[in-house]
Amino acid sequence: MILFFLSSGLFLGWSLGANDAANIFGTAVGTKMVRFRSAAIVASIFVILGAVISGAGASHTLGKLGSINALGGAFMVAFSAAFTVFWMTRLQIPVSTSQAVVGAIVGWNFFSHTQTDYNSLIKIVSTWVFSPILAAVFSALLYLLLKKILKHWKLSIFRLDVYTRIALIVVGAFGAYSLGANNIANVMGVFVPVSPFPEISFGNWFHISSAQQLFFLGAIAISIGIFTYSFKVMQTIGSGVVKLTPQSALVVVLAESLVLFLFASSTLRNFLLSHNLPAIPLVPVSSSQLVVGAIIGIGIIQGGRNIKFNTLGKIASGWVTTPIIAAVITFVALFSLKNTFDIEVYKENKEMSKNKIEVNINNDKITSISDEYFYNNQNIDYFCYLDENKNGNN
Amino acid sequence: MLFKKTKSLEDKFNKFLNLTNDAVLILNEGIKCYLEKDKENFDHYLNKLIEHEGKADSIRKDIEIELYQKTLIPESRGDIFDLLENLDDIINQAKETLMEFSIEIPSIPQKYNDDFSKLTEYSINAVNQVVKASRRFIQDPSNVEHNIHKVYHWEKEADRQSEQLKRKVFRDNSIVKLSMKIHLRYFALHIDMVADKAEDVADRLSIYAIKRSI
Repeated sequence: MILFFLSSGLFLGWSLGANDAANIFGTAVGTKMVRFRSAAIVASIFVILGAVISGAGASHTLGKLGSINALGGAFMVAFSAAFTVFWMTRLQIPVSTSQAVVGAIVGWNFFSHTQTDYNSLIKIVSTWVFSPILAAVFSALLYLLLKKILKHWKLSIFRLDVYTRIALIVVGAFGAYSLGANNIANVMGVFVPVSPFPEISFGNWFHISSAQQLFFLGAIAISIGIFTYSFKVMQTIGSGVVKLTPQSALVVVLAESLVLFLFASSTLRNFLLSHNLPAIPLVPVSSSQLVVGAIIGIGIIQGGRNIKFNTLGKIASGWVTTPIIAAVITFVALFSLKNTFDIEVYKENKEMSKNKIEVNINNDKITSISDEYFYNNQNIDYFCYLDENKNGNN
Repeated sequence: MLFKKTKSLEDKFNKFLNLTNDAVLILNEGIKCYLEKDKENFDHYLNKLIEHEGKADSIRKDIEIELYQKTLIPESRGDIFDLLENLDDIINQAKETLMEFSIEIPSIPQKYNDDFSKLTEYSINAVNQVVKASRRFIQDPSNVEHNIHKVYHWEKEADRQSEQLKRKVFRDNSIVKLSMKIHLRYFALHIDMVADKAEDVADRLSIYAIKRSI
C-alpha cells in the first residue's frame, strides 16, 4: 500500500529523469561527444548522490509551504502535479515540474484549510524569476572566460575535442548531482512529512534518515527515467532545437548546474550566513528554464542574435498558469479521493500552522537547533517539549 | 591514451599539409624543367608527384577512418573531411597539370617561359598560403583570416597573369596556327586552376573558422 501511495512521486521521478537529464547531457549525447551509456551511468550515480546527500534543503522549503500530513494527500499532490505536467506538455505549453508541485501543494493547503506560508511562497516564486536570469549571467561570464582561455591556450581541434569530452562528463556529473539535490524535492518533498520509513543507524558513525531513504527511492526512479526514456529527448535536443557548439553546450550546462547547486546546497547557504552574506533560498527550480536562461546569456554576448522573445514570454506565462492549473487539479482530485474513496488526505487534529509554532516557541531558547531541518511535526514537538522542560527546571 | 590518438592525428594532418606544399613545389620544378627542355628531370619530378599524390591519398583515408571509427570531433568532422578532400584536389590538379605536359608535350615558345614561370609562382604562393591557413584553422581558427586574405591576393594575381598570357598569345602573329594558341591557353588555364583550387579551400576555411568560434 505504501508503495502504491509513493507511486505518484516515483512517476514524477521517472518523468524528471526522462526529461531533465537531457538538460545536463542532451547536447553531449545528441552531438555524439559522449556515449549515451556513459552519460546515463554518470547521471544516475550523481543524481542519487545529490538527492541523498544534499536533497534536504529544497525539500525543507517545500515543507514550509505546506506540510502534507497524510499519505493519501501526498499521493494526490504528487499525482496532480504529474498530471498537470503531462497534460500541459501534451498541449505544448511550457511547463516545469517545480511549478506544478508548488501549485499542487497550495491546492492541498486550500483543501485542508491549512494556512499557506506566503513568505515561503513569495520566496519560491521570486526564485523562478530570478534563477533563469542568474543562469544567463553565469553563462555570459563563463562564455567570456572560456573564450579567453581558448584564445590563450590555442588548442588544436583534436586536443580541444578531448578536453571538451572530459569537461562535458565532469560538468555533467556536477550537473546531475545538483539536479538530484535540487529537484528531488519535487519528486519526494511532499512525502517527507509522512515518510513511512524508520531511520537506520549503523553505530554512531552512519545514519540514514527517513527522508534520505525517500530521496534514495526517488533518485532510483529518476535513474530509471534516465535509462529508459531520456535517450530520445537527448537526441531531439542534440539534433537541433537549439544548435550549440560543444564548448557553448559546456558553458550552458555549467551555468545551469551552478544555479541548481546554489539553490540546493545547505552547506553553501550556511557558509554565506556565517559570513554575514545574504543567504540563497533553497528552492527547487526548473532546469529547463535555466537552460533557456543560459542560452540567452550566450546570445546576449554574441550580440543578441537568435534570442526568441516569444519563448521568454511563454516561460513567464508558465510561472502563473502552471501553479494555478496544478492547484485547481489538486483541489478537485483531493475532493474526489476523500469523498469517493473515503481516503484520508489530511489530518485535522495534527494540523499545525507555522504561525502557531512561531508563537509557541521562544526563539532565544532554540539557538542550539537553528539552521537544522526537521521533517515532521513530531520533531518540532519534541524540541518544544525540551524547551518547556528546561524552563520548568530553571 | 586519448592524447596519444590526438597526437597521431595531429601528426598525420601536418604530414598531409606538408605533402600539399611539396606537391606544388614539385610542380614548379617540373614546369621549370619542361620550359628548359630538361626531359630527364621533368620525368623525375612527374614520378615524384605521382608518388606524393598516392601518399597524400592514403594519409587522407587514414585520417578519415580514424575520425569515423573513434567518433572524434563529431561536430567538425564533416568540415575536416571536406577540407582534406579539397586540399587533395590541389595535389591532384598539380599532378594532372604535369601529366598533361607529359602527354600533350605543348610547344611553348621560349619568349613565354617567363610568363608561364610567373603564373606557376603565383599559383604556388596561393597554395602555400592556403596550407598555412589550414594549419592555423586546426590550431588557432581566430587567426585564419589573415592567411585567407593572402590566398585571395595570389589567386587574383594568378588570374591576372593568366589573362595577360592568353591575350599575348592570341595577339602574337608569330604563332600562325590557332591550334597552338589554343593549346597554350589550355596550359595557362591548367596552371591557373591550381590557384583556383586553393581559393576553393580558402572559401570553405573562412566558413569553417566562423563555425569553430564558440
